[in-house]
Amino acid sequence: MSNQAATPANPAPRAAERPVHIEVRDLTMAFGNFVLMRDLNFTVRHGEIFIVMGGSGCGKSTLLRHLIGLIEPAAGAVYYDGQNFTAADTEAREAMLRRFGVLYQGGALWSSMTLAENVGLPLGEFTDLAPGEIRQIAALKLALVGLRGFEDYYPNQISGGMQKRAGLARAIALDPAVLFLDEPSAGLDPVTSRLLDELILELRDSLGATIVVVTHELASIFTIGDNSIFLDAETRTLGALGNPRELRDHSDNPRVRQFLTRSASLLETAPKNG
Amino acid sequence: MTAPASSAPSVAVERDNSGAAVVRIGGDWRLRHGMPATAPVEREIEAAGARAICLDAAALGRWDSSLVSFVLHLEEYCRASKIAIERVALPDGLVRMIALAQAVPEKRDARAAASRPALLDRVGAAALERFAGFSDFLEFLGEAAIALGRMCVGRARFRRSDLLEAIQDCGANALGIVTLISYLVGVILAFMGAIQLQQFGAAIYVADLVAIGMVREMGAMMTGIIMSGRTGAAFAARLGTMKVTQEIDALATMGIPPMEFLTAPRIVALVLMMPLLCLYSDLVGILGGATVGFTMLGLSLNTYLRESSAAILTATLIGGLVKSVVYGVLIALAGCYEGFRCGNSSSAVGDAATRAVVESIVAIVVACGVFAVLFHILDI
Repeated sequence: MSNQAATPANPAPRAAERPVHIEVRDLTMAFGNFVLMRDLNFTVRHGEIFIVMGGSGCGKSTLLRHLIGLIEPAAGAVYYDGQNFTAADTEAREAMLRRFGVLYQGGALWSSMTLAENVGLPLGEFTDLAPGEIRQIAALKLALVGLRGFEDYYPNQISGGMQKRAGLARAIALDPAVLFLDEPSAGLDPVTSRLLDELILELRDSLGATIVVVTHELASIFTIGDNSIFLDAETRTLGALGNPRELRDHSDNPRVRQFLTRSASLLETAPKNG
Repeated sequence: MTAPASSAPSVAVERDNSGAAVVRIGGDWRLRHGMPATAPVEREIEAAGARAICLDAAALGRWDSSLVSFVLHLEEYCRASKIAIERVALPDGLVRMIALAQAVPEKRDARAAASRPALLDRVGAAALERFAGFSDFLEFLGEAAIALGRMCVGRARFRRSDLLEAIQDCGANALGIVTLISYLVGVILAFMGAIQLQQFGAAIYVADLVAIGMVREMGAMMTGIIMSGRTGAAFAARLGTMKVTQEIDALATMGIPPMEFLTAPRIVALVLMMPLLCLYSDLVGILGGATVGFTMLGLSLNTYLRESSAAILTATLIGGLVKSVVYGVLIALAGCYEGFRCGNSSSAVGDAATRAVVESIVAIVVACGVFAVLFHILDI
């Protein structure tokens, strides 16, 4: 959330004019000889909510793990603000990692720590704040995700949806420039999921962070997505790239339309207006 | 977007001629570089006796959560002391984040839960917990006995491959570590005996010492301790993780009793393998002793082994094997029991494994004492 006074919050610059934040070049993901996806090329702009979608098992979460450096690509590279992340040495990479916030699928909260300790751990490690200030910031982050007063709860004392939100609070602890969300609404009821979507939009607007979301929840995709890629499990490469609402109506890839219209067969999905 | 040189965050309180105070916020607010405290500002406002303040962020550079937290606290203070606030030139994002942070009312009873009960309460609670734990264990023991009984008559539901896998894991896979430890224990026993016995010219009795020591006590004891650290902990961690991931619930709802499916094969495997490992450990220990006898005491291998075999009575050997079976039961029970009553988090799995090892080692040592008294009475 590196807000700059020089950048007026309103009117927001048009999406296409914002500088490129993340660039993926010729990325090939493989486990040994098994190629999961090949030749992925796409860019994500500053302040954009970028959706990674695709059917189950097509490699969405794996792509996310490549973007945050948990897995090394078989070929290709990922750039952040023009700096090569894949080839960066340990020190440079750690500096870049500190600008990331990640929400894992199950929340991945440390179960032996309270929520305040979970959110406070990165603050304690990477800032010079005093313990009282860390607790104050942790309380703020928890308040932002609607968990005011839950500082002293342990993860197993709260519900799954609350764990997700606490995970989000931990992900935004260090005011990241890029926020990665892995299936944020999986396992949540439609109302909670909708509230989470609104929270994500609000966080983007107030923090100005770039947000990459892996999901296959159609409602979420259409509500929050500025831009998206569809990973095609059959051709093992990028199936489509663009705004999800436009892809639904005008994509020439039948599998993309099938996915976005939730049809049981490919035939039902003729593009609107040709 | 050229980033201006970073400047320190600043807060200044100025008195207005209309009786209001102006709080001017400026500079770059960066979490990484610390944040100004609200207390001095609050004191200054109080000193000024202002009934209204004006929060002016016109000179603000870059900002992040540190500013949000600062403003939130200041506003809370003002609300508590009934001071009106006027916001001037606060960035849009900041206003929105403050609204977001205040959107959900604070859960009030949350902090009360953390209060500490009195000493007497805690002692009582701990005692009740122990007592409940004991009856839990009895219940577990009963269920395990029923499961084993059903297994004996061939009516238990379990997979033969699971049993074989458990047997391989508690048996063949443990041979390496049992060899190493038993050999060294044999060597140590022989060393300790040799120093004393050599003084009397009775070096040959090192063979008796090692043979009786290994067969009677150390073989079973060492195998027991190795297996509780190796297998008992593994049982607890495996079953505990299955509990956390609801695999045990999945078995139960399919009508497959987890006791029969998970516990019985493990107990049987360990009980079958423990005497074999113990026998093997005895043998390796004696070989360890023989190495010392051969290299240091100048005894021939033949003499040493003949002396050893003469020292071992059948009753001693059987006594040692019986002990190892009992130790096996104790280890398997402790491991499975702790696994089943494991909590629902990753730290609970660690706790379960720790408790399983501690309990089984304590149980082994206690059982060893009971056997010593028993064998003395029976004159074995």
